[in-house]
This record gives sequence, structure tokens and C-alpha cells, in this order.
Amino acid sequence: MASISARRLSKELKEIMNEGCPVGITLLKAEDFVSWQFTIQVMGESLYKDEIFTLLFRFDRDYPISSPAVQFVTVDGKVSPVHPHVYSNGHICASILGSEWSPVLSVISVCVTLQSMLASCKKKERPADNDRYVRHAPDNPKKTQWHYDDDTV
Amino acid sequence: MSDVEYSDDDYYDDEDMYDGTQDDADDDGMDMDNEDFQIDAGPKRKPYETEHESLSQAEVERLMRREIEQTRNILGTDESVAGLLLRHMSWNKERLIEQYMDNPSKLTDAAGITIPEPPSPASAAPVRSRSSRPSSKPLPHKRPSPSKKDEPFVCPICFDDAPGLETSGLDCNHQYCIGCWTAYLSSKIRDEGEHFIRCMAEGCSIVAPDCFVHASLLRDEPETWPRFKELLARHYVSCNPSLKFCPHPGCTNTVSCPGASSKSSLLSIVPTVSCGARGIPGQEKGPDSITVAREHKFCFGCPIDSDHRPVICNVAKMWMKKCADDSETANWIKSNTKECPKCNSTIEKNGGCNHMTCKKCKNEFCWVCMGPWSDHGTSWYSCNRYEEKAGIEARDAQSRSRASLERYLHYYNRWANHEQSAKLSLELYKKTEKKMEEMQITSSLTWIEVQFMKKAVEEADKCRETLKWTYAMAYYLCRGNHKELFEDNQRDLEHAVEELSELLEQPIESDTIPTLRQKVTDKTVYVSKRNEIVLDDTANGFLEGRWKWNVHVDGFDDPDPADLAF
Ligand SMILES: [Zn+2]
Ligand SMILES: [Zn+2]
Ligand SMILES: [Zn+2]
Ligand SMILES: [Zn+2]
Ligand SMILES: [Zn+2]
Ligand SMILES: [Zn+2]
Repeated sequence: MASISARRLSKELKEIMNEGCPVGITLLKAEDFVSWQFTIQVMGESLYKDEIFTLLFRFDRDYPISSPAVQFVTVDGKVSPVHPHVYSNGHICASILGSEWSPVLSVISVCVTLQSMLASCKKKERPADNDRYVRHAPDNPKKTQWHYDDDTV
Repeated sequence: MSDVEYSDDDYYDDEDMYDGTQDDADDDGMDMDNEDFQIDAGPKRKPYETEHESLSQAEVERLMRREIEQTRNILGTDESVAGLLLRHMSWNKERLIEQYMDNPSKLTDAAGITIPEPPSPASAAPVRSRSSRPSSKPLPHKRPSPSKKDEPFVCPICFDDAPGLETSGLDCNHQYCIGCWTAYLSSKIRDEGEHFIRCMAEGCSIVAPDCFVHASLLRDEPETWPRFKELLARHYVSCNPSLKFCPHPGCTNTVSCPGASSKSSLLSIVPTVSCGARGIPGQEKGPDSITVAREHKFCFGCPIDSDHRPVICNVAKMWMKKCADDSETANWIKSNTKECPKCNSTIEKNGGCNHMTCKKCKNEFCWVCMGPWSDHGTSWYSCNRYEEKAGIEARDAQSRSRASLERYLHYYNRWANHEQSAKLSLELYKKTEKKMEEMQITSSLTWIEVQFMKKAVEEADKCRETLKWTYAMAYYLCRGNHKELFEDNQRDLEHAVEELSELLEQPIESDTIPTLRQKVTDKTVYVSKRNEIVLDDTANGFLEGRWKWNVHVDGFDDPDPADLAF
């Protein structure tokens, strides 16, 4: 029997193929059930007008019981958005990716949440501890014990 | 079997070994054949001992059930609600009852028992109350809500839509398949050590009651249920200041020590406690039985997971911090090699004993102070005492700071040496144990006859632990008569331990066993008495308020400026 994660991801993929992604989000790559990539941009007026970012999802066998590892891609000329909850290495400090994760959430719902996180941004700046964090950050953002200083994300 | 071998021995005199109490003897393997070893096993507690009781997890669970029962009777809720409320309130029953009486639904909402009502429109009455008592029943294997009866159920998590798929949900009625619940609960319990587990639905605050957790794990993950029960017990213990979980790996025992539950009690006692168990559960008969079979001793008052008597927690912690801060300065001391003070050839230490003999020039010296060994053990032996004269005379800042470092190194050196020796004496024991086994095979000596070595190594080990901490204590004790008497006792114990260690390193030959056995046995008794004197006197000193420090120690009067250490 296929693992829960494989069955669940194939179902999510099928839905994306059938119904398409929400506006501003496109599927870039989903060749396996290990990692997927999406492009994401903020529609309408925002601080990120005309900027396109790439999101990387990594799944382990326990997805969706355990959250996916999600970050912005920062290689091949791609950059992470300048945002108070996004580090320059692409790691994101958002509670739904950690303590507030629910197995009911999906890849697309994470994309949408991050899209609105960018859309509501008031000031383009890096987190205060960016340099220190990036210097010691683990490869996988899930290994970081995040401290959520803002309940809205 | 020949009884001639034993005829002139009194090894069987001790009835203990054969009167049906073998189980006890096997437990710790340390029941001795010589009654001299039974030192003051009277019921009276010694001044350096702290009354405590060991509780198994089942006993802790009984305490929890009793509190749940009392709470449930007062509140009129069911058991599950009372349990969740107590956990939510960190087992503070008084505050729980107060808050519950004040506003029950606010509390049950916050505890994840009831679903908070959506914010009411501004026109609604300012105070809402719900009349019905909350109850939480498990809802295992419940079918999806009736409204969707006709549509086939699809689990929103795994998208399984098999007909007859078993589903369940909490009082919020968010339904998921059993497989997803099991995987979710197991991941929360095993990976996150969580016992307060909320519903899987996004933003849902309902917490899974114990019976729901049990029902969900029962079929596919029964081994996770005990882990959950352990988490519950640990949480209860952590909320109760007179309980502490045994910190030894794999142990699930709890120690109850009400006498050490307040900060102020820790200014006059050192609550060394033991959960009663030994070794690592399930590995009692491992190859390193001596190391794994050590008693689960720890300090009830601080995180130091060994016996730091005679020095109180605050001072022990100060010392540990000082050592950590100065670790680089002092690192060289830990090295196992030094140069002979006479001929400069390299000497390696490979036993617990500090009496060194240079292989090359036969110079006998003390490993700790590098002074001639002939001075040690005589009345002017002062290897343990730091002569402060150098510090008093030092006037300028530079020489004062050098004197201060020297003073620290004097104590640290001896502290580290006892730690090192204790480690080496375990090595020595392993070697001894091997010899003991060989002797049993190649000679007629019995298991009982060779146990005196084990007892001696354990006693030496215990005393080195005491000695180690006496140096932490002496570093902070202010000068004067009391400190001098303390150091006299310290010296006598140290001297005795060194003599015992030296005996233990003698080669064991089968024909010298009886004499060696007598010597070692006598010395072990003596060492044990010296240890008792140090512990007794120091503990009494704390109770009498006799000890004065040369630095500020939390909870004590500030030292006289004249007594301050530089
Ligand atoms: Zn499912
Ligand atoms: Zn729910
Ligand atoms: Zn234990
Ligand atoms: Zn302590
Ligand atoms: Zn030499
Ligand atoms: Zn010496």
C-alpha cells in the first residue's frame, strides 16, 4: 500500500491539475513526492509588485501529519522576498509551518497563506537577527526552533 | 564438593546470604560476608541524609487519580474533564476551583474541553453562561455527521474513501479516519513529547481526552500508550515541588522529598536522594555490570545528577560555573601525564592512587602536589591545605591576580584529580573484576570470598566523590578555625582513601588473598568512618549556621569585607 504521504500528494496534485492553482501561483515542478516547486507572486498593489519568487516544498514520509519543509529558493539567481519573517537564505518564520500546522492544510493552502503574508507587508526589511540566523541555520528549516513573534502569520 | 576448602573460613557465618533474603542480596550484589561492613544501618537518619521516598510510575498515577477524584467531586464534572482541567492548570487544584467557580465555560474553553462560542454581537448580554456541565466522552469509531449520510466519507487528510472506513472525532466532531488519528497522536507523543494534543482541524482547540488517545492507539500503536502515560506522570511530577523524576536514562521512578521542596531548605541541607533503582533498566546484567549497576543517586535541589555532599546546591552550582568559565586555564591539569619532579621523565597515571613512583629514578612523589610522598600521611601533611600567605603579601594587582589564580588552581587541581581518580578506579575495578573471575576458575575461591574488592572500590569511589566536593566547599569557605577543622577532617579522609587505593592496586595473588582481604576490609571500614565524620560535621555545621563564605552566596549574609576572597 502506498504511504499516506504518497496518496495524499497524488490527490493534491490531481486537484491542482484539474482545477489549476489560485491566481499568482503556478506549479513549477512536481516530479516526485519528495519535493515540489511553485512560483508565487503578489497580485495587485503591494510592495512586491512585479517580483516573482520560487517556493520549495520538501515532504517526508509523515506528511501531512508532520508539516512540509517550506522555503524560498535562493539559488540560480532566485532571491527570497525582503520581509520581516523571511530570512535571506529563504527560511520562513511562520507558525502554520510549525506549531500551528494542521494535517488538514495543503500545499496550496500554504502557498496562499504565504502569498497573503507578502501582500500585507508594510515595510520591506529582513528579520532583525537575519545575519546571525543565516550563519548558523540548518539546511532544513524544520530543524529550527522558531519563535513566533507575530500571531498573524 | 569439598568442604575442607572452607573449614577455616567464616565466610558462611553470615546467615543473611542463605536465609531466603538472597533476592535482596542479588539486587545490589553488595551484601557482604563480613558484618563489619554493616555500618550503623540503624533506623535513625544521619544529619547528612534527607528523608525521601521513591515512587514507581504506578504510585504516581495513584496520586494523580486521587487528585482527579477530589477535583471531580468538588466540580461535579466527569473524570476526564477533571483531569484535563488539572493538567491545564498545572495541577494547581485551589486555583482551578477558584477559576472554575468564577466562570466554568471560560476555563473549559481554555482547557480545550468545550468549543468557544463565536463572539456574540454587540447587543448580546455582556455575560454569557452555559448551564450544562461540560462532559467529554470518547467518540471512537463514530460515523460522519448525519447530514452527510448519503455522501461517501472521504478522510480530509489521507483522502481515503474506502467504504466502511472507520472514523472518529472529538467533541468538535471533526471527523478523520482512525489511521490518520493514530499517526497524528503517535507523532505528537513520540516526536514532540506532547500530552495535551489538540484536534487535527486547523485552529480547532479541542484537546483529545485520555480515553480517546487510548482508543486510537489501541489497535495499531499500543506501544505508544505507555509513553503517553509516562508523559502524563512526568507533567504531574514537574508541577509538584516535592516530587522529582529520576534523571537516570530510561528510569521512570519518581522521588518524593517534601523536606527539600523550598528554596530556603536548600541553604542547610544537601538533599541527595536515590530512586532505589540501579543501572539502566533492562541492562542490569550487561558486560560492564559495575558501571551500569550504579545506584540512581541525584540531587533533589539542583540539576547536578550526582551526590554533591557535603556542599550545598548554591555553592556547588557556583563552583561548577567557575570551573566552566575557567576551563581553558585549568585544562592542562586533567592531563594524565606529568614529569617526574626529580628526573623529568614522563610519568603516566593509570590507577586511582596518588602515590607515584618514577620507574626511572625511583623517586616517590605525590601526583597532586608533586611533593615528596614521604611527607604525606605524617602530621605535617598538608597536601589539601592552601597556604594563603602568598595572597596576603601580594600588593599590586598583577600579583594579586596571579595569587588568585594560584589559589583557584590549588582547589581545582584536587577537585579534578578526585574526579579523575574515581574514573580510573572504575577502570581498576573492571580489571579487578576480571581477576576475581579468573581466581574463581583457577582456584577454590568463591564468589563471596572475592567480593571485598568490589566493596572497597565502591567505598573509595564514594569517598572520592565526597572529597571532590570538599574542595569546592573549601574554596569558598572563609578562613578561620572552622575552615581549619574542616580541612583536618578532609585531610584525614584523603589520607585514608589514598591508603585504600594503594592497597587496591597491589597485585592479587591467590596465596596472599587472605592477608590482602583482611587489610582491605579493615581499611574500607576505616575509610567509611572518616567519610562519615566529614559528612556529619559539615551537615551539622550547616544546621548550626557555622559555615561562613568568602563570597556572596544567595541566601546567606554577605561576608565581612576582611573575609572576602581576592
Ligand atoms: Zn485518513
Ligand atoms: Zn476539532
Ligand atoms: Zn532511577
Ligand atoms: Zn544540589
Ligand atoms: Zn624520576
Ligand atoms: Zn600531595
